[in-house]
Amino acid sequence: MSQDLYHQAIKELAQTASGVGRLTSPTASARLDNALCGDRVTVDLNIEQGRITALTEETKGCLLCRAAAALLARQAPGRAAADIATALTALQALLRGEAGAAASWPDLSLFTPVSPHKSRHGCVLLPFQAAQRAVEAADAR
Amino acid sequence: MSFDPLALRREFPFFAAADKPPRHYLDNAATSQIHGSALASMIDHETRRANVMRGNHALAARATEAYATARQQSARFLHAASADEIIFTAGATTALNLVAAAFGATLSAGDEVVVSLAEHHSNLVPWQQLRQRRGIVLKFLPLTGDGRIDTNALTDVVTPRCRLIALTHCSNVTGAQTDVTAVTAAARAVGARVLLDGAQRAPHGPVDVAALGVDFYVFSGHKCYGPGGIGVLWGRAEALQGLPPFLTGGGMVGEVFPEHSAFAPPPRRFEAGTPPIAAAIGLGVALTALMDWPWPAIHDHQQALLNRLLHGLADIPGLCLLGPRDTAARCPVVSFAIADLHPHDICQVLDDHGVALRGGHLCAQPLMRHFGIDGANRASLAPYNTNDDIDALLTGLDDAIRRLR
Repeated sequence: MSQDLYHQAIKELAQTASGVGRLTSPTASARLDNALCGDRVTVDLNIEQGRITALTEETKGCLLCRAAAALLARQAPGRAAADIATALTALQALLRGEAGAAASWPDLSLFTPVSPHKSRHGCVLLPFQAAQRAVEAADAR
Repeated sequence: MSFDPLALRREFPFFAAADKPPRHYLDNAATSQIHGSALASMIDHETRRANVMRGNHALAARATEAYATARQQSARFLHAASADEIIFTAGATTALNLVAAAFGATLSAGDEVVVSLAEHHSNLVPWQQLRQRRGIVLKFLPLTGDGRIDTNALTDVVTPRCRLIALTHCSNVTGAQTDVTAVTAAARAVGARVLLDGAQRAPHGPVDVAALGVDFYVFSGHKCYGPGGIGVLWGRAEALQGLPPFLTGGGMVGEVFPEHSAFAPPPRRFEAGTPPIAAAIGLGVALTALMDWPWPAIHDHQQALLNRLLHGLADIPGLCLLGPRDTAARCPVVSFAIADLHPHDICQVLDDHGVALRGGHLCAQPLMRHFGIDGANRASLAPYNTNDDIDALLTGLDDAIRRLR
């Protein structure tokens, strides 16, 4: 039931719109679309000596996608760039219903109710996938 | 004649399914439910099946006859002059691609094809690809403020270089029906052909291609209470006659030599390989059932549902209705956007209410941009829908707005 899906913490997260905007000259950027629904996430990030110093997101998507983007933008600055891949893997595991998968990234567990709704997994993953794409672009430089 | 939607439901296995389907199915524009007789005819064919137009044993003859009957039933549905004008395809999209490839092969650089900004991607992307291949000019009819194709612009857009006007018969987003009379008049004035994408119109009753005066008409089976994987291209005989094949291989040839081949006349020329036999049979049976329904009474029933829905939507703050307000000019397809709420989130909550609703860009992104939105929700009705379905949708929307904000 979507009673569980749209809980207060998820709605508040989406409404915070953390990190919304663009960086003026980011280390790397990535834009990803969900072809199925038309959602689009653009992530800019600055990386210095392997650490994310800034991350912004522009998200055109559903409440779940915006909440995930806000969580990403809130938690990423100060972390190692490699943590993005860890978070993405943990989120994928969480959505598959694997216990303990959320431990590596704060508040990932907010998305646990999305797990039974397979058609919505892509909404939550899109911001993290865009961030990972940006990290890979930075690594390729 | 009166019409009872609950009695009609008895013809659809969906409503008797043991695993409790959504109680309120309002996604008919994406796929309608299959008619029981269509399903039964497909099971009958697949249980004792053979290929068509190849063998002369009894089973092959039976399959060939059933396939030919499906072609006749489809011709009758469209009021086509001959069953030979019916080409079975994998769906409406394939049918549109067939015309873009076959008719497109007769076009030269600079020839013009006119579409509109209200088209489903299936009646846009094939023409974009043709532009790349042949150097044609793709022109667009603009839209009115409420999303209808602005046929007043035909005089400006349609020039003597126009070879084809390809338009939706009924928008999959707004339900708006195209003023075909104006289109055919403009096309005739310059000797152009007219194609109608009938995917959203065909489910709402038999079509008269002769009266419409068009040259090509396409629709899909799964929106017309038939099976998936089947569609129809109707082409006026003389419009099909000179066209080259789309796909090639067995079944579409007259005679084959090592270095060249002669092709069969239509419709076989355009049906390479083993066709979707069971699906064609199922479609023919579904269309036969559809032709037997009391359409004037169904039209009244659907207009009442449409009015009930539009009236209810008008009371929702922040809701933007897409399309004309004139219910007589639209099929029972209603799309809307609600400020600050994403269509998929709305669909998710509606699902809790047993309402199957569509949300997203609806394969019509240029039209969405026209309305200044990324996506919308769409409720699309079929004759088996009832007041309860509409009320459940409106109740669910109230709940969605409350829960998502």
